[in-house]
Amino acid sequence: MGNMKLLEARQNEIIEEFSMFGDWMEKYEHIIEMGKELNPLAESDKTEDNLIRGCQSRVWLSAQKDEEGDVVFSADSDAIITKGLVALMVRVLSGAKPEDIANVDLHFLADIGLNTHLSPTRSNGLASMVKQMKMYGLVFSARS
Amino acid sequence: MDGNYDVAAIRREFPILERKVNGFPLVYLDSAASAQKPRTVIETQREYLSHFHSNIHRGVHTLATQATEAFEGARETIKAHFNAAENAEIIFTAGATDGINLVAGTWGRANLTASSTVLMTRLEHHSNIVPWQILASEIGFKIEVIEIFPEGTIDLEDYNAKLALAPSLVCFSHVSNTLGTINDAKQLTSLAHDAGAMVMVDGAQAAPHMNVDLQDINCDFYVASGHKMYGPTGIGFLYGKRALLDAMPPWRGGGEMISSVSFDVPTTFNVPPYKFEAGTPHISGAIALGAAIKWMESVGLDNIAAHELALTKYAHEKLLQIEGLRIYGTAEHKAGVVSFLVEGIHPSDLGTLLDQLGIAVRTGHHCTEPLMDWYKIPGTVRASFGAYNTFDDVDALVAALERAIKMLK
Repeated sequence: MGNMKLLEARQNEIIEEFSMFGDWMEKYEHIIEMGKELNPLAESDKTEDNLIRGCQSRVWLSAQKDEEGDVVFSADSDAIITKGLVALMVRVLSGAKPEDIANVDLHFLADIGLNTHLSPTRSNGLASMVKQMKMYGLVFSARS
Repeated sequence: MDGNYDVAAIRREFPILERKVNGFPLVYLDSAASAQKPRTVIETQREYLSHFHSNIHRGVHTLATQATEAFEGARETIKAHFNAAENAEIIFTAGATDGINLVAGTWGRANLTASSTVLMTRLEHHSNIVPWQILASEIGFKIEVIEIFPEGTIDLEDYNAKLALAPSLVCFSHVSNTLGTINDAKQLTSLAHDAGAMVMVDGAQAAPHMNVDLQDINCDFYVASGHKMYGPTGIGFLYGKRALLDAMPPWRGGGEMISSVSFDVPTTFNVPPYKFEAGTPHISGAIALGAAIKWMESVGLDNIAAHELALTKYAHEKLLQIEGLRIYGTAEHKAGVVSFLVEGIHPSDLGTLLDQLGIAVRTGHHCTEPLMDWYKIPGTVRASFGAYNTFDDVDALVAALERAIKMLK
């Protein structure tokens, strides 16, 4: 059974966190901080298969299903702002039910004023990563 | 430095420079990707669409005549400015990329064989690489790369060695879009001709920055894009020597490019330039491109070049004061481009934060992936200058970079 409330709560938590910031600099400083804190992906996981091609920065994503049936994501990027945004995505979606990941409406980036990063023209790989995360959700839910 | 150059007056001619981005006054340092438009270009296009629009070359009515005169007048402006021998040598294209594809698709397809060799430099933009690769995959000719030195200049020794392979064609950019290197087009052409090769020059980054004399360079083909010369997008030109254009098969088929069409006897084709201009062209774009060239002439390309050189030197000097910053492209002869990286920082992170501060730069591989691979870097941050940039713009870039670096380190 899915638990969409969990994903909604996680998104709201991030929105509240960002509402404390007065200007864009604080916002980006926070994103950069999260980028630095995100556990880097093991070099052995930075494979061609896990690489999501963006035009500028590279993003790697790997996904596993744990014994509860939740999807656990790990991700990395060679650019720190992208990595911070990736960390936000992992924070929301990792450890959730596959069907919820497939169906969730990811509104938090727009709510915190960072939706331009999701635009395909940004070519930072983030939009492709979100698509790929949802694809994992879809594939894992079909298998369960 | 350039005391008579009234950059404030020039800036007033560009409405877009008045706008703010993310709350900051726009500092536009991306003219190598596309230059902004002066009022005369915007007005010319507006006036054409408001008063003169009609299809060209085919009507007897007044509008058709006036539109045709304006369109052919733009061709004359290009011919005169670039010193082609005759108007027929100027073919309107959608841009530089389109022009190169035209040459590959007609001259290339007709003249290259499986045993041919085509030379190109490591500096090339994808637009002067990929059309030839596509054709090579079809015909089977060989592509050889002319090597460069780390500062971004062509290795003439290697060039001469590759010319010994008896290539059919040599492709090079007049100015490198990523490094700013100004190649000696006349010398490279002369060496190629001595080796019996034809010469295709990508002039997209040269045309906005210097006077280009095609007969003096003596190349066989030259392309440029209108939007990099302060003109509209979707318009550019291909120059080809008349004898070559006469002999080349047509490219796209359609109206305008024919002499006579029949189902019973073979269709015959028009003469250059019309043979290569099938369909209704970008009329308003061509006319506005003519206005853009006249605008560049009114400022004087030598003046623009001197101003941009002063900006480039100033930018080099200022940027190198930033710890860990390395400039890519340090040739002695450079045009208005400064590519750089800061140690330990991804260029896209710098680009994102600079944008937040209203500064428009390009980050990434600049459509020169083979060059980036050669330097073993993912890309660079590129600041590029146009006639309207100021020393204050450079100062703003440096200040913003310092701020961004502090956040990212």
